[in-house]
Amino acid sequence: MLQGVINSVRESQVWSSIFRHGIPRDRRTRVMAIMSNVFLHLHPVAVRKSGIRLSFTWCMGGLTFFLFIAETISGVLLMFYYRPVVEYAYSDIIQMRAALTLGVMREIHRWGAHAMIIAVWLHMMRVFLTGSYKPPREFNWVVGVILLVLTMLLSFTGYLLPWDQLAIWAITVGSKMAEATPFAGMNGPGRELLQLPGGIPIVTPYSDAKFLLLAGDSVGEAALLRFYVLHCIAIPLGAATLIAVHFWRIRKDGGISGPM
Amino acid sequence: MHMLLSNSMLHLAAGAEQVTALDKFKDFVNRWSVPQYSLPMFLLLMLGAFFGYRKWTKPIIFWPMMLVFTIVYFGFIPLDESYAAILQKPDNVPISMMIFLTLYFLWLGLRQAAINDHNMEVGKPLIEEDREDKVLCWPDLVYTELLAMVLCTVVLIIWSVCLKAPLEAAANPAGPPNPSKAPWYFLGLQEMLVYFDPWMAGVVLPGLIILGLAAMPYIDTNPKGNGYYTFKERKFAILTWMFGYLILWCVLIVFGTFLRGPNWNFFGPFQTWDSHRVDALTNINVSDIWYVVILGGKLPSSMLVREWPGLVLSGFWFFALPYLLTKIKFFGRLRTQMGFARYYLMAVLFVVMMLVPVKMVGRWTMNLKYIIAMPEISFNL
Ligand code: HEM
Repeated sequence: MLQGVINSVRESQVWSSIFRHGIPRDRRTRVMAIMSNVFLHLHPVAVRKSGIRLSFTWCMGGLTFFLFIAETISGVLLMFYYRPVVEYAYSDIIQMRAALTLGVMREIHRWGAHAMIIAVWLHMMRVFLTGSYKPPREFNWVVGVILLVLTMLLSFTGYLLPWDQLAIWAITVGSKMAEATPFAGMNGPGRELLQLPGGIPIVTPYSDAKFLLLAGDSVGEAALLRFYVLHCIAIPLGAATLIAVHFWRIRKDGGISGPM
Repeated sequence: MHMLLSNSMLHLAAGAEQVTALDKFKDFVNRWSVPQYSLPMFLLLMLGAFFGYRKWTKPIIFWPMMLVFTIVYFGFIPLDESYAAILQKPDNVPISMMIFLTLYFLWLGLRQAAINDHNMEVGKPLIEEDREDKVLCWPDLVYTELLAMVLCTVVLIIWSVCLKAPLEAAANPAGPPNPSKAPWYFLGLQEMLVYFDPWMAGVVLPGLIILGLAAMPYIDTNPKGNGYYTFKERKFAILTWMFGYLILWCVLIVFGTFLRGPNWNFFGPFQTWDSHRVDALTNINVSDIWYVVILGGKLPSSMLVREWPGLVLSGFWFFALPYLLTKIKFFGRLRTQMGFARYYLMAVLFVVMMLVPVKMVGRWTMNLKYIIAMPEISFNL
């Protein structure tokens, strides 16, 4: 009976319009399963056995990617209820806490972000220990380094959004550093060297690296909006693009590394 | 009656003794956890772990060690309030995760390196050696991925249900908390602020970390160890990198989150954070050491005259040392193998990284503050 239903679903026009191959049971249909699916075809059809052993990759790159997706989904849900304005930001978070389901979304989003950072570090450590940055994978390592920076920036920009004491002071400490950027920061060495003719300084409290970061001389309204846009749009788009490049390059570089 | 009394007194006495023994132990740990003792110990531990990797990575040795460590790590939560407070702070949970995962994966990597290095010596194939052995992605890989995803989801949901995300009082631009800390993953850099000015700790050092990481595959020309775990074939690369990652990054994060309290003072794991504690700072600069301590005079007023000892030292460190290192046989060999550009890029990055421990030791042994102190132009190193 059940088998009959399953069979008739499988033979229906709808099913076969979506999945253009039979049940992946033999070599041909298994190859088809990978090749005819836009998501799965990121994978090569066949891989080295040792390359996919858990003890080789620790699955850390995969988990980083999965956490990135989990962050995207939970983040979009949070965006429905959160307003990046000083008057509302904190109270929106408080209200979200009260509503149980969304409360958990915030937890998932925050813990997931921490987990993603740890995962990306461990992934880097694995790639380092297996020497997988060596030719021909040098460039993909560089792409990875940019992804590493983006992952931390994602978390850093998100840290401000709840607009509580933890948030603004952590970002204040972080942005103090920008103030000290050599040549470009208000308190950085070498800033006096940058002058317009007539001795007009280029680097002022309203034109230095910290101002660029915070859109103000301290963490305030403008910084909140700036961090929000960076956190929800600019950095995720950049990261998603580079992840696509990263995966593409894994295949172009000959798949997961292994002894030559 | 008499019996009972003496019995309970005995218990009392034993109890009192236990408390003092525990207190003594805590005191001992607190005293030895300050960076000047614990960082060198961590370094020795790391070196021991890498040079003894063939021994301790055997599962029969590693797992009991890990078990003892876990028991000690969590066992002190009920025994000490300060320790419990640190460990149970929600935003510190990732630090514990980082500690355990890093130890576990360090083991997993070194274990396979040990097996591979042994196999190469006796002419057996590597663990990863299966050139002809390809499997289809469906089902072998996609099912593993699915399982990993499900597992990760479960862990994340349990974590999220059990532990509320932190939310403190509403932002108050006029009232900074003490201590004010950056997010935990930047605390290694904040710890650098103890030894360097913000332009170094917050801009130059992180910039060079990123640059150095990106340049790494172009610098490391050792063709061996590509695509498999090994330690023997890449000792210098692995030790240097791991020193940066484990000691200067991870350990300093643990210090920054767990052990840095009010005013960024250092507190042992069993010490309560006392916000009134004032640590006397009597730091001196290289120029003070030269003109005042050694020559017994006064600091000259001209900046460049005053700072020439520091300028010479820094010039030596950044420019002469990379060259002088080539006189050591090992680095000389690297220089010929790598060529001019690669070698000097590597050597300069290397001495910049080594400046960090050097300045730490300078601080610990002689209260050194700046090698070059030119507050006139905000240039202090
Ligand atoms: C958002 C961050 C990242 C994601 C989602 C990601 C994802 C992945 C995945 C899924 C793989 C396949 C093998 C594996 O899981 O280990 C991989 C491989 C690789 N990753 Fe990443 N990665 C990220 C960051 C990095 C970083 C920070 C580095 C290095 C600095 C890096 C360097 C590499 C290299 C060189 C490979 C090829 C390894 C090999 O062939 O053995 N990636 N990455």
